[in-house]
Amino acid sequence: MAVKPFKLALAGFSAVGLAALAACGEAPSDSNGGDNADASFLACMVTDSGGVDDKSFNESSWAGMEAAKEENDDIEVDFKESASETDYDPNLQSSVDDGCNFIVGVGGLMTENVDTIATANPDIPFATVDGFSEVENVYSIQFDTAQSAYLAGYTAAAQTQTGTVATWGGIQIPPVTIFMDGFVEGVAKHNEDKGTDVQVLGWDEAAQTGTFINGFEDVAAGKSTSDTFITQGADILFPVAGPAGIGALTAASENEDVSAIWVDTDGFVSTEYGAEIITSAEKGLATAVKDAVLAAYDAANGGEAISGSYVGTLENGGVSLAPFHDFEDAVSDETKAELDALTQQIIDGEIVVESPASPTAS
Amino acid sequence: MSTETKSPAPEQPEAAAAPEPKPNFMRLFGRYLTEANSVMVTVYSLLLAFLIGAILLIVSDEYTRSTYSYFFARPQDALSASWYLVRDSYLALFEGAILNLNTLDRFAAGTADFGDVLRPLSETLTYATPLIFTGLAVGLAFRAGLFNIGAQGQMIFGMMGALIVGFSLNLPAAIHLPLAVIAGAVAGGLFGAVPGVLKATTGAHEVISSIMLNNIAALFLVWAIGTDFLHSETKPDLVTKPVEDSAVMPTLLSSLNSSLRVNFSLVVGIAAAVFVWWLLSKSTFGFRIRAVGFNEHASATAGMRIGSTYSTTMAAAGALAGLAGAALSLGVGSGGITTNTALEYGFDGITVALLGRANPGGIVAAALLFGALKAGALSAQPDVPVDISTLLQAIIVLFIAAPALVKAILHLRTPRGGLVTLEAKGW
Repeated sequence: MAVKPFKLALAGFSAVGLAALAACGEAPSDSNGGDNADASFLACMVTDSGGVDDKSFNESSWAGMEAAKEENDDIEVDFKESASETDYDPNLQSSVDDGCNFIVGVGGLMTENVDTIATANPDIPFATVDGFSEVENVYSIQFDTAQSAYLAGYTAAAQTQTGTVATWGGIQIPPVTIFMDGFVEGVAKHNEDKGTDVQVLGWDEAAQTGTFINGFEDVAAGKSTSDTFITQGADILFPVAGPAGIGALTAASENEDVSAIWVDTDGFVSTEYGAEIITSAEKGLATAVKDAVLAAYDAANGGEAISGSYVGTLENGGVSLAPFHDFEDAVSDETKAELDALTQQIIDGEIVVESPASPTAS
Repeated sequence: MSTETKSPAPEQPEAAAAPEPKPNFMRLFGRYLTEANSVMVTVYSLLLAFLIGAILLIVSDEYTRSTYSYFFARPQDALSASWYLVRDSYLALFEGAILNLNTLDRFAAGTADFGDVLRPLSETLTYATPLIFTGLAVGLAFRAGLFNIGAQGQMIFGMMGALIVGFSLNLPAAIHLPLAVIAGAVAGGLFGAVPGVLKATTGAHEVISSIMLNNIAALFLVWAIGTDFLHSETKPDLVTKPVEDSAVMPTLLSSLNSSLRVNFSLVVGIAAAVFVWWLLSKSTFGFRIRAVGFNEHASATAGMRIGSTYSTTMAAAGALAGLAGAALSLGVGSGGITTNTALEYGFDGITVALLGRANPGGIVAAALLFGALKAGALSAQPDVPVDISTLLQAIIVLFIAAPALVKAILHLRTPRGGLVTLEAKGW
């Protein structure tokens, strides 16, 4: 193999050449980048486990933080990631030490830790996402996602051909089961009003038992669970499992007559499976966090202090049913009109979507 | 499966050379530094890991990377950006793990109390504590020639055992706390004994069975937390009841400052390390463990019961890992545990045991290093990616496990007794 050293040298030279070429760019003029480096207001976020790029509530909350920074260049944002609840305290404490002017704790489990640190630092405003706090300087951000899931359930019942729809969750915790409760009630509403007999697999609202894959990461488990439901006749899937829900979308893409409804974000935009997604039960985390940061900024600059709590509902747009996109024609005008009417009835309080997991106080 | 083997080689050439005349000391020391002996391989592994970590920091930082795109136009940009990035990152790790210079200034100025100065150390010790236990759990099994990959599962069972005793009984603290700790050790020990007994009776390889048992433990935990018996009565999330105050590990320094979390389980950890040292070097059982680890056939011929040694060693290892679980559910996680509380402490115990070369003293030192990396990385966020601690740990162990690699990279000399390798057995 006399060629080998030569080949190696050639490869080496071309690699060096490429690197050198790449390194031949012009030097930029001396100036600072686009970061709000001189900002007077530092808003910090402490994530729950999963990290800031979890394609779920941490990521949505961080998007809200960045949106606030985008909107007001006197705001700088930072985050600290927690691997487990044992990291909450040091992360919150070091956010205080870093001189953060507003600290957002993401996840209901963190609420107690936020309360402790907030009580010790009464001059700093805090917020807890998906949790409820009674401490004065802690602002609670919660969502009544049962309302948007209710509309999703009604849509599913209207669209199913087989008369069977299915839902499954990541882990049996309130932010997940609240969607499943709303979904089941939405289907029941359709059955009641239209005389249909649509079955929901995967969640028994009365018994609060159902199908969970015990995690939010395992896409393969999500797909096999979805495949099982498809063989049982389900043609619309409602996965409430963050990234693992992608498994339902791949299952839907492999079965022509099967489609899905996404959660948290508009799946048509946030996933690659827009063609499979009828609609999404949205939860406006990013907007709520952004508004909270901007309000905290105003408070720090002489405005009114933010306090109390926020519950995202259909009324204030904190939760909503996403557009139908590719399914715009498939969903009948009659169904659309009924959904609009239901939305109004929920806003007016004529219909109350109840879930044991609903936000505790407002 | 893996024990340190080397011939009665010179651990410390200086000592061996003591009778020789003095002028040779510097040269001998120089020879020692350029030799691939176990101490220097460890030192060089750490240095190489931090070097590679520096390169990865540079590559992963957007701004610094951008300065390389015009390297030939203005090289000083790239060089100074890289230097400042690496320096600031490692300084931030140091400040988060050992001593925050900023806090020290504030302490000198009177705006921070002494407890604030100690907080980084307290965090390091807090994160090191479970690693001491799981490191010992893996290390002890190593000495018997067993590869205990099951520390994670044993820890999870220890966590549940300590938790259940911690919340279900109502006793004075002097009885309750020790009882909860013992429950953790017993639960971990029973779960740990399973692969040992399986190996002794059926020959099932402990690596396979303990890996599988990890999954069983993790999924069992998910199910168990959801049951009415364990699930929190006040919180809707997937979290257990908190333990009674009488079973909570007392903190050591919170009288100085309430944010100092280091607690009594550290003392238990040090005591466990001393006990394992005594067990291995002074007791009959420890002699049996080492003999079986060195050569099971010879030990059998000498009349030792191999099967029971495997079972009891795995049970003891499981009990140590169970103590890690107790430290979590009675210590930092005493407000109730979740599926995340255990993190990867059990798997990290493998790397701690490797770095500590299965010696109790080395394991404590390795656990402190990894605890420091974790505490430092957590506090250095977001300027330094939090994954840097995992990354550095992985690279360190990679080099420790492959001394020939370190020797080749740095052109070290082979020590007289040959390279110290962690020898794999039974594969």
